Amino acid sequence: MQRSLYISPDKCTGCLQCEMACSFEHEGNFNPAKSRIKVFTFHTEGRFVPYTCTQCDEAWCKSACPTEAITLDAATGAKMVNDGLCVGCKVCTIACPFGTINYNTTTGKVMKCDLCGGDPACAKACPTQAITYIDAEGTGYDKMRTWASRTDTQTAAQA
Amino acid sequence: MSWQKKILRVNLTEGSCTAEPLNMQWAADYLGQRGLGSKYLVEEVDPKVDPLSPDNKLIFATGPLTGTASSTSARYSVITKGALTGAIACSNSGGYFGAELKFAGWDMIIFEGKAPKPVYLYINDDHAELIPADEIWGKSVWDTDKILHAKHQDPQLKISAIGKAGEEGVMYACIVNDLHRAAGRSGVGTVMGSKNLKAVAVRGTKGVSVKDPMRFMQTVMEKKKILAENPVTGQGLPTYGTQVLMNVINEVGALPTKNASVVQFDGASKISGEAMHEPRASDGKANLVTNQACFGCTIACGRVARIDKEHYTVKNRPEYWGASGGLEYENAWSLGADCGVDDLEALTFANFICNEQGYDPITFGATLAAAMELYEMGVITDEDTGGVKLNFGSAEALTTMAEQVGKGEGFGMILGLGSKRLCEKYGHPELSMSVKGQEFPAYDPRGIQGMGLTYATSNRGACHLRSYTVASEILGIPEKTDPLVTEGKAGLVKAFQDATAAVDSSGLCVFTTFAWTLEDFYPQIDAACEGEWTLERLAQTGERIWNMERQFNMAAGFTAKDDTLPKRLLTEPASSGPAAGKVNGLDKMLPEYYELRGWSKEGVPTPDTLRSLGLS
Ligand code: SF4
Ligand code: SF4
Repeated sequence: MQRSLYISPDKCTGCLQCEMACSFEHEGNFNPAKSRIKVFTFHTEGRFVPYTCTQCDEAWCKSACPTEAITLDAATGAKMVNDGLCVGCKVCTIACPFGTINYNTTTGKVMKCDLCGGDPACAKACPTQAITYIDAEGTGYDKMRTWASRTDTQTAAQA
Repeated sequence: MSWQKKILRVNLTEGSCTAEPLNMQWAADYLGQRGLGSKYLVEEVDPKVDPLSPDNKLIFATGPLTGTASSTSARYSVITKGALTGAIACSNSGGYFGAELKFAGWDMIIFEGKAPKPVYLYINDDHAELIPADEIWGKSVWDTDKILHAKHQDPQLKISAIGKAGEEGVMYACIVNDLHRAAGRSGVGTVMGSKNLKAVAVRGTKGVSVKDPMRFMQTVMEKKKILAENPVTGQGLPTYGTQVLMNVINEVGALPTKNASVVQFDGASKISGEAMHEPRASDGKANLVTNQACFGCTIACGRVARIDKEHYTVKNRPEYWGASGGLEYENAWSLGADCGVDDLEALTFANFICNEQGYDPITFGATLAAAMELYEMGVITDEDTGGVKLNFGSAEALTTMAEQVGKGEGFGMILGLGSKRLCEKYGHPELSMSVKGQEFPAYDPRGIQGMGLTYATSNRGACHLRSYTVASEILGIPEKTDPLVTEGKAGLVKAFQDATAAVDSSGLCVFTTFAWTLEDFYPQIDAACEGEWTLERLAQTGERIWNMERQFNMAAGFTAKDDTLPKRLLTEPASSGPAAGKVNGLDKMLPEYYELRGWSKEGVPTPDTLRSLGLS
């Protein structure tokens, strides 16, 4: 089964445990500035929205890369940056419509979510389950269940 | 490891910023944040200094766990000699600023001297510079935040600032970071204003490392689980915030009401955490929008609220229609019960103003309550107030005065003195509900006896956060004790004081102690920090910090006579509720407390005590 990161912003409290877990996994220290997942705060609305790469099937970043540094991890579906091949040209950061691949000034390479090899650290660290890692084919099931529960079967039967 | 081992010394008089190595011997003895910042203050500042003179210093200190994956790793403290109290002050704040300072590579900032003209400090990793504050001086905290973000074109910049209150010399001005998180008490913002320092803006991209990363992550996971499974930290605080207490404390008859003249408030349920969830009759929406976490926090007790657009306070004022920091229990009490006001929207508005202009809602509410009592006695008149009727229960009086204090206008200038100075000015010092110049918060010591000793002996003036015996006396954490008796409270207070001093020095939030004890802290500190950190070492560190603070205050001129309570709490019995007929039995607790502390009958730490703590 292939799985996807599934994000529910309404559950997020803005604690940034996910950003710390991400930087720890990839950089070995706690450094939100180097996190592949970012949480945006919309202050006057009281909203916190975690955002990261959704691993497009036909990935713009991958198509744009002139050195073929971005490849598919067949097991997880993640688009991976090969640091050995990346020349830091940043074309992928322009190509990605969502802005989720970014340049790292420390390494001179780009960085993006790689799903931690199939066990994403952010999802494990999140205290509110605003980030979960679930069946890629059923990311809508939770919402479907909620709406399903509101369906008035009685009225439907009578109609 | 975990400490960045680097501090920034900012000489405001000369306009210089200098990096210095952190004194690692002191870090080993005082851990960080409250303890370590206080150690620097004690070593560098004459205890007799006038808090508002350039010779006082202002220290922003993080802890070793600030900016790590430990839950609640948001905290930093501001340490100085307090403007309101003249005692050692240490005010703790969450939000995101503290962690960002750490990520920029700094454990601490020490401000000394006074800038000839208003400035702010800008930090971008190693780079630190003082910049003229022309475009932000005179502005609110919220405008300052907006202007600096735009000017530096960096949405990730974290800002800590004073508002108009800190500039105008309101004696209880606070320092507000991330728009509504504050180093709130004792007038630390007043000291900042006296130095012509408007704000600190910081961006950090260097990160924080720990000694033993794998063991640290493992420990942190286990400890986060304890918080999630505990009913207070896992459910009560995220759902209701500290406001979970309003109805509880009212029921036990320990809610100081109308300047602590009575101990229960009829309107308590209307201003409670539960009420914040109720849809309003006017617009069908709840006051509470959501809860919010500070950096790294898996509890998320913070309140984000929105005022009803049709409420008189904000009608046709769209600048107050957005969501912002909502009521915490202490503020709902001070602005509400203590002033007899039960209009939730009005309290929320007053709370917004406290954040916007940067002053402490606890001291403000308690000062207004004292003024209301004086007004009802006929001592303060309409002439003094500019015609505002300062009656208990008046929401208009509350919100009008909140705006006047924020702008330094009218009777707000007098309220800005704090209750001690205000009551002295009007010839009734006994009506100030303060200890060492600072107003006590939302727990009446007639109904919760241990809190009397807590307030009387707190090193920063009356405060609930120095030893929160409410946990034991009301909530039964870690063990239930009877709130109405004095027996055993001396030991309880000492234990809570020492443990809290250690927690406040770690970089983590004291609210974790609803679920954690020092047993849960030391393994996190040990995995993160150099050296070996045991339970005993941590507990002793707390006791060392407490005694060091005490020594500073004694050298500043405080004596055992100042370890007391407002006369009202000692002589006027509670009139209703479970504590009816009771006063606080401080005289029964204090001698035992001194003895347990290893202090003389005059409250002075003995040479033996100091030696055993490495303080002589
Ligand atoms: S860890 Fe979860 S709750 Fe915290 S900021 Fe990230 S997504 Fe939001
Ligand atoms: S418990 Fe509350 S105050 Fe403490 S760190 Fe968490 S959100 Fe902030």
